[in-house]
Amino acid sequence: MRAILLLACLAAGCADVWNDPYAAADRGANILYSAFTERPKHLDPVQSYTEDEARFTQQVYEPPLQYHYLKRPYELVPLTALEVPKAVEVQGGRYTVYTIRLRRGTRYQPHPAFVAENHVLAPARIARLRTPYELPAATRELTADDYIYEIKRLASPRLHSPILGLMSEYIVGLGEFAERLRKFDTRRQDWLDLRKHRLEGVEKVDDYTYRVKLKGRYPQFVYWLAMPFFAPVPWEAERFFHQPGMAEKNFTLDWWPVGTGAYMLTENNPNARMELVRNPNFRGEPYPAEGEPGDAAAGLLADAGKTMPFVERVVFSREKESIPYWNKFLQGYYDSSAIPSDTFDQAVRVSIGGEVGLTPEMEAKGIKLRTSPDITILYLGVNWLDDVVGGSAERTRKLRQAIAIAVDWEEFISIFLNGRGEVAHDPLAPGIFGQRTGREGLNPLTHVWEDGRAQRRPLEDARQLLAEAGYPNGRDAKSGAPLVLYLDTVGRGPGDKPRFDWWRRQFAKIAVQLEIRDTDWNRFQEKIRKGSQQLYILGWNADYPDPENFLFLLHGPQARAQSQGENTSNYVNAEFDALFERMKNIPNSPERQGIIDRMVEIVRRDAPWVGGFHPVSYGLTHAWMMNGKPNNMARNNLKYLRVDVDQRAALRREWNQPAVWPVLLILLALVASAVPAVMSYRRRERMAAKPA
Amino acid sequence: MLAYIVRRTLYAIPILVGINLITFALFFLVNTPDDMARMQLGVKRVTPEAIEKWKAERGYDKPLLWNAAAAGAGKLGDTIFFEKSVKLFAFDFGRAEDNRDIANEIRTRMGPSLALAVPVFLVGLAVNVTFALGMAFFRATYLDLWGVILCVAMMSISSLFYIIGGQYLISKLWHLVPISGYEGGIDAMKFLVLPVLIGVIGGIGAGSRWYRTLFLEEMGKDYVRTARAKGLAESTVMFRHVLQNALIPILTGVVVVIPLLFMGSLIVESFFGIPGLGSYTIDAIQAQDFAVVRAMVFIGSVLYIAGLLLTDISYTLVDPRVRLA
Amino acid sequence: MPVLLPTDALIWLLVLAVAAFAGYSSRRAHLAAPWARVFRSRIAAASAVVLACYLLVGLLDSLHYRPVLAAKDPAAPVAYAVEVRSLLDRVLEPLRTRLEKTYSAPLATRLYQKEQVERADGTMVREFPRLAHGGAHLEDEADWGKDVALRILAGLALAAGLWWLAVFAGRRTLARRWPEVPWGAAGAALGAILALAGPVAMLAGGYHVLGTNQVGLDVLHQALKSIRTSLVIGTLTTLVLLPLGIAAGIAAGYFRGWVDDAIQYAYTTLNSIPGVLLIAASVLMVQVYVDTNPELFPTSAQRADFRLLALCAILGVVGWTGLARLLRGEALKLSELEYIQAAHAFGVSHARVLARHILPNVAHIVIISLVLDFSGLVLAEAVLSYVGVGVDPSTTSFGTMINAARLEMAREPMVWWSLAAAFVFMFALVLAANLFADAVRDGFDPRVRV
Repeated sequence: MRAILLLACLAAGCADVWNDPYAAADRGANILYSAFTERPKHLDPVQSYTEDEARFTQQVYEPPLQYHYLKRPYELVPLTALEVPKAVEVQGGRYTVYTIRLRRGTRYQPHPAFVAENHVLAPARIARLRTPYELPAATRELTADDYIYEIKRLASPRLHSPILGLMSEYIVGLGEFAERLRKFDTRRQDWLDLRKHRLEGVEKVDDYTYRVKLKGRYPQFVYWLAMPFFAPVPWEAERFFHQPGMAEKNFTLDWWPVGTGAYMLTENNPNARMELVRNPNFRGEPYPAEGEPGDAAAGLLADAGKTMPFVERVVFSREKESIPYWNKFLQGYYDSSAIPSDTFDQAVRVSIGGEVGLTPEMEAKGIKLRTSPDITILYLGVNWLDDVVGGSAERTRKLRQAIAIAVDWEEFISIFLNGRGEVAHDPLAPGIFGQRTGREGLNPLTHVWEDGRAQRRPLEDARQLLAEAGYPNGRDAKSGAPLVLYLDTVGRGPGDKPRFDWWRRQFAKIAVQLEIRDTDWNRFQEKIRKGSQQLYILGWNADYPDPENFLFLLHGPQARAQSQGENTSNYVNAEFDALFERMKNIPNSPERQGIIDRMVEIVRRDAPWVGGFHPVSYGLTHAWMMNGKPNNMARNNLKYLRVDVDQRAALRREWNQPAVWPVLLILLALVASAVPAVMSYRRRERMAAKPA
Repeated sequence: MLAYIVRRTLYAIPILVGINLITFALFFLVNTPDDMARMQLGVKRVTPEAIEKWKAERGYDKPLLWNAAAAGAGKLGDTIFFEKSVKLFAFDFGRAEDNRDIANEIRTRMGPSLALAVPVFLVGLAVNVTFALGMAFFRATYLDLWGVILCVAMMSISSLFYIIGGQYLISKLWHLVPISGYEGGIDAMKFLVLPVLIGVIGGIGAGSRWYRTLFLEEMGKDYVRTARAKGLAESTVMFRHVLQNALIPILTGVVVVIPLLFMGSLIVESFFGIPGLGSYTIDAIQAQDFAVVRAMVFIGSVLYIAGLLLTDISYTLVDPRVRLA
Repeated sequence: MPVLLPTDALIWLLVLAVAAFAGYSSRRAHLAAPWARVFRSRIAAASAVVLACYLLVGLLDSLHYRPVLAAKDPAAPVAYAVEVRSLLDRVLEPLRTRLEKTYSAPLATRLYQKEQVERADGTMVREFPRLAHGGAHLEDEADWGKDVALRILAGLALAAGLWWLAVFAGRRTLARRWPEVPWGAAGAALGAILALAGPVAMLAGGYHVLGTNQVGLDVLHQALKSIRTSLVIGTLTTLVLLPLGIAAGIAAGYFRGWVDDAIQYAYTTLNSIPGVLLIAASVLMVQVYVDTNPELFPTSAQRADFRLLALCAILGVVGWTGLARLLRGEALKLSELEYIQAAHAFGVSHARVLARHILPNVAHIVIISLVLDFSGLVLAEAVLSYVGVGVDPSTTSFGTMINAARLEMAREPMVWWSLAAAFVFMFALVLAANLFADAVRDGFDPRVRV
């Protein structure tokens, strides 16, 4: 009897979905659901540098500038500042000064750090807290002091900022400041009050204005002002988190950011779930009214002028495995599925998505696909210090050019990325000033322009070049020994095999033997550091949209083996270096374009990077998520998004009807299979005694 | 009895020291502290100074096992081994390499692990015993034969197939339960149904066969023949006599597993997104987080030794003939 | 140029040792009797045939050589490729060399993803392109059904012919020599295998029977290559496990005293460390050794092979405790027996007692646990590859196939044939091994009577 009732309940509940992984109380609420695969390690703006972390920090922290959400090429617009500061040269170009003027009336999120009593809590009280937000909270207005405090934090001996070295070269007095602090900071248990120490290069003019003084010219500095490294951090937060007992509960600025942004991080469990809640004290920002041509047609300007943010809460769940992530997206439990990749020698982590276009099933569900080329380049690099393939001798140059033709990047993109990529013809990236596209952007040494598109040169050219290099048919002309080249790469696991096979095939096409030396990440980095690699694959993700951020990867003085710089191929060319010095600090102009053209020509001829590609990031979004546009520079995109909650609930219900009949069938089958057993049992009980 | 327990506990200490040494040796032969620093600091613009600072903060700038430069007891004490491993005995696990408190993590993660492991254990035990009893009851008939074949077949399928197939059929195709994730409290039920089911099904093959062997062995004994001769019904013989006596070796074999339930199943947790101790361990191995790895190894060892102790004690309790040495 | 990889050498050594032992024991009734009991069971006969087929594939794959590089210039010195191939590769040459571009379904004629294809009249259209090799012989795709059916029939006919031949030959030789063995069951198993292999062989001539993987490699070829990896892991591990387990177990049970304490300490400590961690750390250690000594491993084949060997050794070192514990219990019981005590009284040295009395009496436990462990090891390899500490990525194994399949199942539309192939092959191997192990246990263990 009870069983029948239960079944009836099940049948009645058929109108509801069973596989909803979220709390029933949240159904119908204005929540955006997303996922993260890599857990963020640091959310402190001083340290956070990876994309996984930027996803959270950039919603909370507001640096003075930001990138325009819709306009391309990427353009800086003010965020908490009033306008984009212009560089003013003083002392005949010896220093440059940026004066940043701030908006008034920006207030912080409500946070317990702003309540003075919370700075002296009893350890027992702290031990009982689950989150810091259980304490009484308050807020205050943002001032210039907070920006200055954060810049000082870059130099703090207790924190590691990856850009301290770089900024010490530019911001006046930063290096000395760091040194002074290091000597001063001997009692680690006390709070280091950076307000008491003066940093020469940063000066407060008044409560809403401050000045930064740089050595020499560095026009790319404004791009750094759009990163959380220069966002404001209130000193009260540091003081609050410094109390004894806070660190044991993982209450640190590294895990609980405090900012003025549209959202605040209220739940931080990087192994399971992170939650952003709308900041009630957000000053409100209007949705942009202009964009690219085509944005209006795509419906991206529909909310122009309305106050952001639109979504109340954003819930991120941790998904380590790709199958569950993808399937939950298809079932409608994640609103979008873009998987960022901060890792390099890994073209694709998850082969999601059938093709560049959508399958009919996905289109029927109303899923939208948006692609945008990443400002990233992944390249096959050559170690300039190697005898066989590196160096500026004509012989090795021809060998490199042969390889550049033979490695079919178009095929790589098609097989491993499902077409989500563009072949690189130069060391720049799409959207960067100086990169030419189409016919002018072609690399004439590897491609020809035919039928209105770039076609790879035939393999005969590669074989010819190989023969000229002294290796006819892949054999050394003098000794007859086959040419064996080594590709150093990172082995990520069993999924590598297809890639390795493909690489070997590329070289086999010109009869060159390829040996793959795969190691783990640490060993790989060590090889690069020592300069013992031969061929290798790495990449670079732009910090900011300026050609200097790419061309410096081939700058001689920055060679990895010598000076631990980012020039991993250790490439050196005097003309290139001289041109680099000339172009790095001048603004975009035809003159700069000319210099860059010449530099690109040198690099193509020398081929320290034998080809590469630019991954195209794709965003798959459901029909109910509006205003999604892939943006590679601005990660603070959550405030622009809007969710049609009713549409989502309806579609989810439609797609996730539980199929109860298989379960009933299985139960029936089990019961049926028990019948012969029961019958046999009955029969046996009635039988006479039988030997065991 | 008490003296025995105390003696066994004391005996466990050199074992734990040995375990510590082995884990330490294995880990540091693979990763130098430099490697660990790079792993944590990321990819872009990592300078040698940042690495030194990271190491100094965590005490990795000291020598591994023997500090010749220090004085007296410092030679042994002022080393990475002493600092990192000896504190474990006080159950002070310290912080993970990304500065999160390990003991806190373990406390929060124990719940989901147990929520998964205990049902799998109990339900699995019940199902296996029932199935094995059934096969033993119908011994030498076709039911038994097909039962054994089914068991062997199920044993031969890798657990990975069960997980992938189960997730595909039940979550994706039939929309019956969420694919992955976890929610505390009563909501946890809908997330645990599938992993528990898969855990039980995966274990039926081996478990049932083993219990069947035990039951059959028991049924070959003289007292069973006597019981039958007395005219008792087969079911009475099975349930009143065979089951109770065969349960002794079953339970004692099973007791050793109980403490390990805390550790959770590494793979199932990973696949189903259950934030338990098993996935914590796997993450730590892949991220080369030594602090977490040694803490989990230590806990696992302590639990294993506790399990062995419990097994021995339960032998004495259930079988009065056994005397503890 | 023949190449002797370390694992090859050990495998052949093991084969020779087993053959020698078989020859030795066939002449001694007390050693041959348990085996006779084993092979009297029908299930054992059938599963032995299946295992023999796997063994054949694995052994063919254990003879390696480096192929000669084709030289355009006849005067140039003979050079060898860096690549190392095996005899199995030679036999399966068509499967190995017919590569497609990317995924294709089993027996398909078209690729699994769309591409820009230029039609004969010059227009560019986006469609599923025809495969380069799979079904390329078909002029008209409508003939596919007929072609497949014909090939299957031809395969069945071939299989029937071979089977009849085998039965005929077997009846005259093997059945006469050992009449108690249920050759009928063995014949049936052989028949089933041939009935599958025949059509597959015929189909493989024109199609990719199990489809292709991401870089267009034939999945059937991958699966057949994986067999060797599983066999290596299942058998070579015992080479490490056996000496350690036997020595430790018997010493602990026989000598007792502090030897017993020390060995118990050793295996309690080892057992307490979670197996995965121990294996993971050891494998990483081996990786570091390989990376820091690149001169010792010039080719990637040697690197991969070394890593496989190291994995076997590590699994052996981690796994000897089970065997040791069993042997310890048995040795404890045996050393109490009267004739052992009499031997001591006679002044027989320990070595002789161990060799002549203890060892032969524990041999049945050793053999049983060896055979039982085999399937467990094969399954463990798959799981270890998932965690990432299994075999080298360039080695094909069932674990790597399953792991790759994890990502493939996330595709839309789903790619299922790699996973299915791995499943079928692995299931057959492990099932046969389990059934055979059961029969061995029943044959050797005198107490178990159902």
